[in-house]
Amino acid sequence: MIELKEVNKSFGSQHVLHDISIVFETGKVNFIIGRSGSGKSVMTKCIVGLLEVDTGEVLYAGRNFSAMSNRDRKEIRQEIGMLFQGSALFDSLTVEENVKFPLTLFSKMTAKEMTDRVNFCLERVQLEGSNKKFPSEISGGMQKRVGIARAIAMNPKYLFCDEPNSGLDPQTSIVIDTLIKEITYEFNMTTVVVSHDMNSVVEAGDRINFVNEGSIWWKGDKQEILRSSNQELNDFVYASEFMRVVKDNIK
Amino acid sequence: MQLFTHIGRYFLLMSNVFRRPEKWKLFFKATVQEIDKIGVQSLGIVALLSLFMGAVICIQTAANIDSGWIPLYTIGFTVRQTMILEFAPTIIPVIMAGKVGSNISSEIGTMRISEQIDALDIMGVNSANYLILPKIVGAIFIFPFLIIMAMFLGVTAGALIGVLADLLPLADFETGIQYDFRPYQVVYSLFKTIVFAFIIVSISAYHGYFTRGGALEVGKSSTQAVVYSIVLIMVANLLITQLILT
Ligand SMILES: Nc1ncnc2c1ncn2[C@@H]1O[C@H](COP(=O)(O)OP(=O)(O)OP(=O)(O)O)[C@@H](O)[C@H]1O
Ligand SMILES: [Mg+2]
Repeated sequence: MIELKEVNKSFGSQHVLHDISIVFETGKVNFIIGRSGSGKSVMTKCIVGLLEVDTGEVLYAGRNFSAMSNRDRKEIRQEIGMLFQGSALFDSLTVEENVKFPLTLFSKMTAKEMTDRVNFCLERVQLEGSNKKFPSEISGGMQKRVGIARAIAMNPKYLFCDEPNSGLDPQTSIVIDTLIKEITYEFNMTTVVVSHDMNSVVEAGDRINFVNEGSIWWKGDKQEILRSSNQELNDFVYASEFMRVVKDNIK
Repeated sequence: MQLFTHIGRYFLLMSNVFRRPEKWKLFFKATVQEIDKIGVQSLGIVALLSLFMGAVICIQTAANIDSGWIPLYTIGFTVRQTMILEFAPTIIPVIMAGKVGSNISSEIGTMRISEQIDALDIMGVNSANYLILPKIVGAIFIFPFLIIMAMFLGVTAGALIGVLADLLPLADFETGIQYDFRPYQVVYSLFKTIVFAFIIVSISAYHGYFTRGGALEVGKSSTQAVVYSIVLIMVANLLITQLILT
C-alpha cells in the first residue's frame, strides 16, 4: 500500500500539487487520470522520488519514503518497477540485457538464475524470440512490453506505469492494459497507472483518482465513474463523441 | 547569477560522480568500452593531425630562419618544443573536445530526454556515477597515450620533411631534438593533458546530464559542451603554464 498525506509541490510561484491525500491499494490497479497539465506526472515523480515533495509525506507500507535520505531509499527503490511513457529502454543494450540489467546490479542470482528470470519475464509479456534484438529494432508496442518485463524483473511490490498506452493502437493498448491487470493480480502488486485514456480506465481500472488543477477532485471505481454527476469529471470522461454514445447507452 | 547556478550544479554532479561504483565488474567493463570509444577510435585523426603539423612546423621554421646566423638545428629544436609543449597537449585536446565532447554530451542528453536516466535513478542506480565515471577514468587513462603518440609522430614527420625537402641534414635535426631536452617538460605536458581530459568529459557530461526538452535541446547541449570545454581548456592552459613553467 502506498499512502500520500497532504503532499504539496510547487515550481517557483506555480503551485502544482495541492494537499494531495490518497491511498493506492495493494493487489489493485489504481488509476490517476486527469487533463494534460493537471499534475499527474509531477505527482508520480514525487511518489517515486524523482522529484522531492515540498511538504507532506509519501509512505510505502508505512515507511516514510519522502523523509528518507537517498541511501535509505535504496531498499524501497528495489521494490519499485516503473514503465515509462517512452519505454526508456537502454538503447545500447539488447532486449535481454535490458531486462537483465536490474538483476546484474542488485540481485545475488547466479548467471543461470538470471537467464531463467529474464526468460520468464519475457515469456510473461509474450516476447520470447526477441532476446537479441535492440530496442530500435522492435515496434513501440513491443518496447512497452520489454519495459514491463524490465519493470517486473526484480519482482517489485509496486508498479508504476506512466501513460502505458500513448502511441499505441487500440488493440495493442488492450494487450498492454490486460497485461498490467494480470500481473498486478498475479504478483499482488500495488499498481499505479497514469493515463488519460478512458478505454484503459474501463479496461483495467480498479480504483480511479481524478486529478484536476493539482487536487484530487474525485475518487471511485469504474462503475461509479460512468454515473458520477461531478461536472469536471463528466467533462473529462465524456469529452469524446464515442464516450457520449456510451453514456446514452448506460441510461 | 546563472554562472553560479551552473558552477554549483556542476560540483554537485561531480560529487555524485565520484562515488564507489555499484558493481566493480560493470565499471571496469564500461571503462574499457570508453577507452575504446574515446581513445582507440581517435587514433586516426590524432595521427593525421600530428604528422601534418610536425611537417608544417618544420617547413615554417626553416623558411623563417634562413639568415645564416641561426644554426639549422634550431628547426629540430622548434619542432620538438612546439609538439611537446603545446601542439600535442593542448591542440589535440581541443580537437578531441569537438569529437569526444559532443559525442558524450549528445549520448547522455539523449538518455536524459528519453527518460533512461530516470529509469536508472528509479532502480536505485546512481546514474551520474554509472554513466560518467567510466568516461572520466577512461579518458584520463588514454589521453596521455594519444598525446605521447602525437609528440612522437609530429617530430618524426618534421624530420622526414626536413630531409625529403632538403631543408636540413638529418644530423642537424637530431642535434636539435636533443638540444637542451628537459624531461620535466614532458611531465608538464602530460599533466596538462590529464586536466584537459577531465575538463572535456566532465563539462560535456554536465551539459548532457542537465538537458531538458527534446532533440533540439540535445543538439544545443552538445554545441555548448564543445564551446565551454574549449574555453575552459584555454583558461586552464594559461593558468597551468603560468604556475608551472615560471
Ligand atoms: N520540472 C518542472 N519545472 C517546472 N514546472 C514543471 C515541471 N514539471 C512540470 N511542471 C509544470 O507542472 C504542471 C503539471 O505538469 P505535469 O507534467 O504533471 O502534467 P500532466 O498532468 O502529467 O500532463 P500530461 O497529461 O500532458 O502529461 C504543468 O503546468 C507543468 O508546466
Ligand atoms: Mg504527464
